[in-house]
Amino acid sequence: MNKVINVLIVGVGGQGVLLASEVLSEVAMRSGLDVKKSEVHGMSQRGGVVSSHVKFGPKVHSPIIPYGQADILISFEQAEALRAVDWVKKNGLVATSTTRLVPPITAGGKFTYPEDAVAGLRKKFKDVISLDADKIALEMGNSRLVNILLLGVVSSRLEFDLSAWEEAIKSRVKAKFVDLNLKAFARGRELAEEAIQSKA
Amino acid sequence: MKKLLSGNEAVARGAFEAGIKLAAAYPGTPSTEILETIAEWFPSIYAEWSPNEKVAFEVGIGSSLGGARTLVTMKHVGVNVAADPLMTFAYTGVGGGFIFVSADDPEMHSSQNEQDNRYFAKFAQIPFLEPADSQEAKDFVLKGLEISEKFDTPVMLHMTTRVSHSKSLVDEAEPVTAPAVGFKRDMQKYVMIPANAKKRHAILKERLGKLREFSETTELNAIENNGSNIGIITGGIAYQYAKDNLPDADYLKIGFGFPLPLDKIRKFVESHKKVLIIEELEPYFEEAVRAAGIKVEGKKYFSNLGELSPYKVGLGLKEAGQLKEVLGAEVEPETLFPRPPVLCPGCPHRGAYMALKKTGVAVTGDIGCYTLGMLPPLSYLDSCICMGASIGNAIGMEKVGGYEKGVVAVIGDSTFLHSGITGLLNAVYNKSNVTVMILDNRVTAMTGGQQHPATGYTLMGEETKQVDYFELCKALGVESVRVADAYDYKGTIQIIKEEVARPGPSVILTNRPCVLMPKRIMDKPYTVDLELCNGCSACFRIGCPALMPSKEMTKRNHPKAVIDPVLCTGCSLCAQVCQPEAIVLAEESVKAK
Repeated sequence: MNKVINVLIVGVGGQGVLLASEVLSEVAMRSGLDVKKSEVHGMSQRGGVVSSHVKFGPKVHSPIIPYGQADILISFEQAEALRAVDWVKKNGLVATSTTRLVPPITAGGKFTYPEDAVAGLRKKFKDVISLDADKIALEMGNSRLVNILLLGVVSSRLEFDLSAWEEAIKSRVKAKFVDLNLKAFARGRELAEEAIQSKA
Repeated sequence: MKKLLSGNEAVARGAFEAGIKLAAAYPGTPSTEILETIAEWFPSIYAEWSPNEKVAFEVGIGSSLGGARTLVTMKHVGVNVAADPLMTFAYTGVGGGFIFVSADDPEMHSSQNEQDNRYFAKFAQIPFLEPADSQEAKDFVLKGLEISEKFDTPVMLHMTTRVSHSKSLVDEAEPVTAPAVGFKRDMQKYVMIPANAKKRHAILKERLGKLREFSETTELNAIENNGSNIGIITGGIAYQYAKDNLPDADYLKIGFGFPLPLDKIRKFVESHKKVLIIEELEPYFEEAVRAAGIKVEGKKYFSNLGELSPYKVGLGLKEAGQLKEVLGAEVEPETLFPRPPVLCPGCPHRGAYMALKKTGVAVTGDIGCYTLGMLPPLSYLDSCICMGASIGNAIGMEKVGGYEKGVVAVIGDSTFLHSGITGLLNAVYNKSNVTVMILDNRVTAMTGGQQHPATGYTLMGEETKQVDYFELCKALGVESVRVADAYDYKGTIQIIKEEVARPGPSVILTNRPCVLMPKRIMDKPYTVDLELCNGCSACFRIGCPALMPSKEMTKRNHPKAVIDPVLCTGCSLCAQVCQPEAIVLAEESVKAK
């Protein structure tokens, strides 16, 4: 990797955005790259939008991704992926869960939740992987696996050794959940392969 | 080995490596994690949550006088509270090295204003250091302490949200042995009666001259020569945004921001065809540079509102003719629903606001989670100025007969202990008729659940005495102190009505703990009987995230309600406002069927 790669991870408070960005940063660091990541804590934790910017490469300056410069967008919620499209490169990869978290504010009639956010994403980008990560994670035994599952999905597009991913997951996830998370990661990687093959 | 640390974690690491003995703070975003990290990773340092920033600063001064290297941290508005000891400590100078963090919040991610605290250093006439990433955040703690000791001055470490909360790689080092100073009695230096203070003021001016020389030569103010005819003068996070846009320009990166190295700046400007100053918020550098007769441009191109970003800096550089294309383009944002911060499901503040709204009183507010009471659909808060302001605001408003239905001050437990006690004392002393509601959820919730003098535990996890609010308010002279259950809607309304009608000051204590911290509180969830629900939407108006419109509609096409059983904590407030009694305990609903 001789240029800076920008990855934007988005979701709603409580979905594990921060852990996902920690793991990704750790992978890049273990691979000998410079890394910066940024998010704002505070009021956004109270049911709000959470986004984390991760940048890695030979030398990273600011911790913020400029508009239109994210190589990869990972989203744990479909409408949040749509909210983040301004940041993504035209030929960037969008990997999103089809999860819908509809907030009460849409009850008033003033705001509406998009009918099909994934269709909206496909209109804007060629390279979109969508999957019901919540369902898959629940089938695997824990809805909190969504974040690592989606890291697995994008991992085949990043030039990191599998061992770096595994070490990073081991170092960042609580010991008793490590095995389950490693499985979720592997499952995500498989699903990405399947998605590519089904396209071809 | 390198580690990925946030700016705040790096400051904590720096405190450890520098041999700091004492660290004191009051929690405040974005500074909170510094002390939390010290308590968790470096328990050899004595660390405390003080009741407010002024006390924290004074404890820090005491530690410095006692000869120890010392750290005090706070958010930008905390420096306002600590300004009194700061301004005079600048005169006395230090014993052991003293550094304090001012963590500013440009963009007001979690603050009531975005004041630029670099002016505080100039105002107090003390040096400030400004890191641009986590490595510098750590290194500058050590450098700051050396400067503090060498020049006998307190030093400010100026952080911003972006530097405090971003993570980047940091080289860790072995801790140094801090100089052992010990307490040295010196009344002329430390007792600031006018006769002594006059001498110290002169010494401060002399010190400033030495600091000015230091500023010219220190590597903290480094020139980065890339052979360009464009020069950028910048500091802190703005340096990174500039580098994203113009990696090959020449830079004068200001790490030591007061006093500024004006000779170095003059030479830098003279040796470049064009020089721009890029700084976040106010034109602090620019004013000083222009006042020295040096011709530069800056705020002409870069906003003084909110945070800078790679994009905003790019736009400015383009306007200044230094960049052809801005990196990335601002696209029309998708018009999507917002996800505003809300009171959590089961939050006891919800019950307090529902009751206040029903009574129709004016509500002066304060700083904490309960400030969210202003957001729809509750929307019932009339002011929020600063920590502790609610009580004074209520007294003034009531004295001029501002609102016939009465005035109630709402203030959280941690905020009351921070700076509400004196306000309540004033209500008693000056015979005010206000009612003060202390929303006691037994934790400093907004900043993530910190201990305070009424929680029974210290920052370092030791058990300690707990403030008894009832006895405290009685001791201040409040005759009527009552407890309200915020989950009892009608009961709370009744108590507010009675206390507002009562002559003289009164206090209402709500007694339900935070549902998230220190432990998650989950009681039996409620459910909606869709046959009984008439779609009146009264439950939606209490703004609980566990309550949502269902797909089922009434004949008049209003959505019926549904409760998310995972989110519902069983507080029962929605059931109490449901006229058709459609909201019932989930287990009873199952039994009935």
